Amino acid sequence: MAKGGGTKAAKLIRSSLYTLANIRVKPSYKKSEARIEEISGYPRVILVNQPATLPDQDSSPPLFCTNYVSTTKYTLFNFLPIALFEQFNRVANFYFLVAAGLTFTDYAPFDWPSQVVPLALVVGFSLAKELYEDLQRHWQDMTANCQKAAVHSPSGDFEQKQWREVCVGDIVKVKKDEFFPADLLLLQSSYEDGISYVETMNLDGETNLKVKRALQDLNFSVPVDDDKATHFQDFRPTIRCENPNSNLYTFTGNLEYDGNIYPLDPAQLLLRDSKLRNTEYVYGVVVFTGNDTKVMQNTTQSPSKRSKIELQMDKIIYLLFGLLIFISIVSASGFAYFVRNLVPLWWYLIPEVPGEDFDINNFLISGLRHLVTALMLYGYLVPISLYVSIEAVKILQARFINNDLQLYDDVTGVPANARTSNLNEQLGQVDTILSDKTGTLTCNQMDFLKCSIAGCPYGKRLSEVELAAAKQINAQLESEAESADGSLTDTASLEAITITDDGNSNNNKKGAIKGFSFQDDRLQKGNWTKEPNADVILLFFRILAVCHTAIPEVSEKTGELTYEAESPDEGAFLVAAREFGFQFIKRTQNSVVVLERLSKDQEPVEKEYTILTLLDFTSKRKRMSVILRDETGQLLMFCKGADTIIFDRLASDGKMYLESTTKNLNDYGEAGLRTLALAYKKLSESEYSEWHEKFHNAKISSGSNREELMEDLSDVMERGLTLVGATAVEDKLQSGVPECIDRLALAGLKIWVLTGDKMETAINIGFSCSLLRQGMKQICIVVSAEMLAEAAKDVIKENILSQITTGLDSIKNKKEPHAAFALIIDGKTLTYALEDDMKFKFLNLAVNCASVICCRVSPKQKALVVRLVKEGTRRTTLGIGDGANDVGMIKEADIGIGISGVEGMQAVMASDFSIAQFRFLERLLIVHGHWCYKRISKMICYFFYKNITLALTLFYFEAETGFSGQMHYDDWYMLLYNVFLTSCPVLALGVLEKDICAEFCLQFPALYQQGPKNLFFDWYRIIGWLANGVYASFVIYLVNLRIFSPESFRKEGQTADMYVIGTAMFTSIIWVVNVQIFLVSHYLTRVQLHTIWGSIVVWYLIVYIYGMMPVQWSAGNIYHQLPEVLGPAYKFYLSTVFVTILCNMPYLIHISYQRCYNPEDHHILQEMKNMKKDVTDRKMWKREQVKATQETEIGLSARVDAKMRLMKGRTTRKYSSLAPNSS
Amino acid sequence: MMNSNPSTPMNAHAPSSISGGNGSPDSNTPRRNSKRPKYSRFTQQELPACKPILTPKWVISAFMLVTIVFIPIGLTSLIASNDVIEIVDRYDNACITGTKSQKVQYIQNATTDKTCTRTLTVKKRMKQPIYVYYQLDNFYQNHRRYVKSRSDKQLRNRGDENATSTCKPEYEANGMSIVPCGLVAWSLFNDTYAFSTSGNRSLTINKREISWKSDRDEKFGSDVFPKNFQNSSFIGGGTLNPSIPLNQQEDLIVWMRTAALPTFRKLYGKIEQDIEAGEKITVVLENRYNTYSFSGKKKLVLSTTSWLGGKNNFIGIAYLAVGGLCFLLATTFTVIYFVKPRHLGDPNYLSWNRNPGGH
Repeated sequence: MAKGGGTKAAKLIRSSLYTLANIRVKPSYKKSEARIEEISGYPRVILVNQPATLPDQDSSPPLFCTNYVSTTKYTLFNFLPIALFEQFNRVANFYFLVAAGLTFTDYAPFDWPSQVVPLALVVGFSLAKELYEDLQRHWQDMTANCQKAAVHSPSGDFEQKQWREVCVGDIVKVKKDEFFPADLLLLQSSYEDGISYVETMNLDGETNLKVKRALQDLNFSVPVDDDKATHFQDFRPTIRCENPNSNLYTFTGNLEYDGNIYPLDPAQLLLRDSKLRNTEYVYGVVVFTGNDTKVMQNTTQSPSKRSKIELQMDKIIYLLFGLLIFISIVSASGFAYFVRNLVPLWWYLIPEVPGEDFDINNFLISGLRHLVTALMLYGYLVPISLYVSIEAVKILQARFINNDLQLYDDVTGVPANARTSNLNEQLGQVDTILSDKTGTLTCNQMDFLKCSIAGCPYGKRLSEVELAAAKQINAQLESEAESADGSLTDTASLEAITITDDGNSNNNKKGAIKGFSFQDDRLQKGNWTKEPNADVILLFFRILAVCHTAIPEVSEKTGELTYEAESPDEGAFLVAAREFGFQFIKRTQNSVVVLERLSKDQEPVEKEYTILTLLDFTSKRKRMSVILRDETGQLLMFCKGADTIIFDRLASDGKMYLESTTKNLNDYGEAGLRTLALAYKKLSESEYSEWHEKFHNAKISSGSNREELMEDLSDVMERGLTLVGATAVEDKLQSGVPECIDRLALAGLKIWVLTGDKMETAINIGFSCSLLRQGMKQICIVVSAEMLAEAAKDVIKENILSQITTGLDSIKNKKEPHAAFALIIDGKTLTYALEDDMKFKFLNLAVNCASVICCRVSPKQKALVVRLVKEGTRRTTLGIGDGANDVGMIKEADIGIGISGVEGMQAVMASDFSIAQFRFLERLLIVHGHWCYKRISKMICYFFYKNITLALTLFYFEAETGFSGQMHYDDWYMLLYNVFLTSCPVLALGVLEKDICAEFCLQFPALYQQGPKNLFFDWYRIIGWLANGVYASFVIYLVNLRIFSPESFRKEGQTADMYVIGTAMFTSIIWVVNVQIFLVSHYLTRVQLHTIWGSIVVWYLIVYIYGMMPVQWSAGNIYHQLPEVLGPAYKFYLSTVFVTILCNMPYLIHISYQRCYNPEDHHILQEMKNMKKDVTDRKMWKREQVKATQETEIGLSARVDAKMRLMKGRTTRKYSSLAPNSS
Repeated sequence: MMNSNPSTPMNAHAPSSISGGNGSPDSNTPRRNSKRPKYSRFTQQELPACKPILTPKWVISAFMLVTIVFIPIGLTSLIASNDVIEIVDRYDNACITGTKSQKVQYIQNATTDKTCTRTLTVKKRMKQPIYVYYQLDNFYQNHRRYVKSRSDKQLRNRGDENATSTCKPEYEANGMSIVPCGLVAWSLFNDTYAFSTSGNRSLTINKREISWKSDRDEKFGSDVFPKNFQNSSFIGGGTLNPSIPLNQQEDLIVWMRTAALPTFRKLYGKIEQDIEAGEKITVVLENRYNTYSFSGKKKLVLSTTSWLGGKNNFIGIAYLAVGGLCFLLATTFTVIYFVKPRHLGDPNYLSWNRNPGGH
């Protein structure tokens, strides 16, 4: 139980040790090499093409790990110890293990099978599950390890070797569509210029192709024979590079060959598990193998999370342990008392002979020994099968989630996937959703919508935000008209909005080009040549077509060109450029070919631009540039980047369009569009060559400041630009997102958006998702850039603190009852706000706001915010995201949900549940979460109830036997009780129970609050169930005794012995607990009915068959018991019926009273469903749906409400001119 | 580790793919479809189910049903119990008087004559068979040491007479195994009773078939004879005739079925003659069994049986009480139903209508 925390901490320490080792401890290289290493600065030295296993040589190469990869948790030898250790780390299991061990001693009140068999079953089940999962991993590893790779042999041939035999320094050949067996350094490809394309889908889920470039200056002869590469025979360079690390996107090192040193960078590194595409073959040197590869370095196990219900369940188990110890102590004291005072008189026990059970001369020791016995006897209080049953139930629940057709996305073909099943019920208790924006709320599909060229805005189509605004106002007018004649309700208008929305988006999409929604006749169809600034427009299009890192790819089927771009914006730009007549068709190592069609009737001309230098985009630089030579020999630099960055770098004569472009950019920002500014600069040859030399030197230099140096040089180059224009692309909202957010908000969930985007974009998306609306007071907590740069930390913090306090004050002093607040904070400010002394103030402000948007946050900050909410509010948090940057957040949140969308698999791999679309969250939480929560809580309560019922009857009886530890049940009854007799109905309950059908859950979102408020697993309910168990045990015990003893219990005059009463009592227990579960269920399918009645029938069968077995097998007094002794006795049946009714009476009265006069919401809804009121009384049905919501200030409905209030308050109507005109 | 990767425009690391034109190939459509969950009513959780709703009507009917079933059962049971004639006579105090130590001394003295005569009056006619029981109080036949101390194997099978390991502390005497071994057999009850009526009609006691048939047939061997019994230094209860096989020693068989509670009755025999009302029964008993050391009571019980067994008012009263309680509940629910009815599916009871805005 405490295992999670412990091992996690241990892991952390170990991993940090490992890192330290990597940094400080020198690898076991030879001294001479260590010297070289000190000079070069790179710790890893690889001798290429010299088989690593050269024995008895003084300069034997350093030992690298083999390429054998194992992802299994266990090995053949440590499986049992480790897996068993994990099992018995659970307190309950450990207790049962000790108890089982003790059954072989004289302390045991029963024979060994009754303890050992259930424990073996329970642990065996868990072990089998672990083993199965690990074997699956092992088989996957084996297939990977046994794949064939072509490895260069000294003779120049390529030998087929298994992957696991590949060594560092080997040269391997990889053919098209094959996977790389290890991390390779690209030497040569089938293309002359050394370019190759790889797909890294397995690595990061990106489906686009990435360009890799071989070292340009290493010249090899082009191989003639396909399977021979003799030119590598004498190729023996030395590679010095960094140590293995987990960063996928960095790699630095040098290659030393023929006295030259060549710098290496990530562009030459081919990563294991990625695939060669569009290239016939490549040759590469193995750099990292096995567990050193980047992909293996990246595999981290997600932390094991436990749901709140399970944590609470642990507390109940501790409570039961407490009860167990208590009654054991009572029993032991009682025993000691008897031994001291009464037993000496009982001559029939021959008390003067001390036995293993007691010694009348030493009642204290006897009492202590009995304590051990009692602790075992009452072990039935703690349900041994609880963990296993819960695990089994959750696996089945998870299968329901996986198989839900309504969580299946037809477009992408991805079903929902519950990756960990132990959080199912937590889905029903979520309080705060922390969502990523890009890819989660929005599609990350960029549509080129508008642009501003030379200060002139183009593009007429409206963005979704503008559309939504127009629609809202329209709807508001409509609904006012409707409410005037009172015929239609709010919902009707809400529906109207939804309908029109769908209509619009469908219209828009029809026949459209993906990534291009631009519509303006002035620029399209070659008309742009007639515009006044045609030359600027030409430049604009050229920048779009040339300044990028995309790769064109000809589709084999259609022959069409598609672009593999690193960011969706670039893709949209290229599509736009093509539509404007500048089709990018080919990229080589150092050139870009564009097919230009300058006017409508002109033939397209192929133009080749030589790319001299490419300055990459990084999130830090926020810009990218290319330096190129066009066909006239002119040197140009094209640059695109974030507007603020570009504006800072404009030359004084390059600001011609600055003012008007800024104005346009503001408009675009308002409309929720993502903007980039484009600029260019002319260069002279001398200027460039001078700069290039410096740049090249920096590039090949090694050492810590290389990056910095290159950055400074880039910065020098990217100055003095001339502004050309700006682009505006629309980040499309995923389908159904606003509606989903609305429903979730109505269900009382809080939604926070954490995005890496800039504030304006985030706010825009906030508006389009209805997280923000007009009239909401926005509390922006921002610290200006100047202040950040200049002021001391204290001052900045002071400033932020005062902003937070002001915000809190304005919330406290709000005048209108419906005033809503939104908190918007940016990453820089958040850094300070998340510091220990301030974070709770910040949290206090945040929870008081209707919506919270954090922009410009780093992945780490996302995780920190989640932690703050989780720990500060003690509510359940849900993190949802789709990208690698959301991994921290997903792992940190109580529930992590990954969107298995376009952005790859990293988020999904880290998540607990994955869904294809944000909108599925609604069903996942409100339907599955609600169900699972209720199922699990009912199940756990019932489990404890049934065990208390059984265990306490043992206690009462034991008290009657002078606390001697005698049981009146047969050992086998006890054994079968938890494992077999009562387990099936409760499993069926946990899997199939439903209080309300899915449709109603969705229609009445307020029902969801039963989970976050924990109405069904609070201590009242738990104690109630425990009390019910105590009551039932009491009734069962007393009534049966009074009925069966002391007089004769049947006509033939015989009296009942201990086991007759035991069996009768056990029959009552079986009936009572099974009828109880019948009463607990709301939803009885065939499965439940069969398991309930089946359990009862099976009980009689067991007693019968057990009694009919040959006498030496059947324990003494059970022999022939049912047919001969109990069967003909009427009292047996009378007692069963009576006890069953009496035991279930309090519960029946409770639920009858509750349902009749104090019903809960789901009771009423069940009745309505039963009476078909949802069909017959539509009006009431609709009205209740609207009311069945939590008060919220976000979402579409809140927006409409606010508008309605505004309208009512207004005396004059004002029609807005912003009616939708696009469709 | 985390990849620093904020989503910004033009994010170089934001992995995505954009294809120009309408070139999104449908080549993998079949693969996609294969991931589609298959429809079945079970996986979609749409199994047909009965959803019992406890409407007031159902509740009232259920309680009434219990009343209707329980009251007659209760009455019949009471009547049956009343038909049973039971005579209970505590004789341990009546046969000996004195202090506790005197009594113990008396009972432990093997030489004294322990015969004692008791007279019982029959108030109502007792029809045969009349069952004779002895009842012991404060005798812990259910103590774990006692219950465990026996060997079923030995009782069953002549060959297993040395299987006495479970019989501690009474498993051997004079170096030989005891048959039957163990505390249970050793402490065999040995008071005897002889009955006659005041009219000097002797009432014979049939001591056959007072045990369970399966015990006689299977659990106690017909070829197992008592051996070395009551020969040890501790003298316990009764002795056994070594020439009669165990399966005919029915007193032992009955005694060996250990009772659940410290107060228990065991069948002694049957009187297969009617006894008229007013007749007096003279019981000549041998008061040998020591219950005096632990202050246990001994009672002699003569009882007829009904279909429910011996005299037991509890069942009848319990059934009547619960039946009555259910009637009360049914009435209460009916009254509440009429006074303050709740229409089924009344939306006013929904939480958002009961305390608007309060959630």
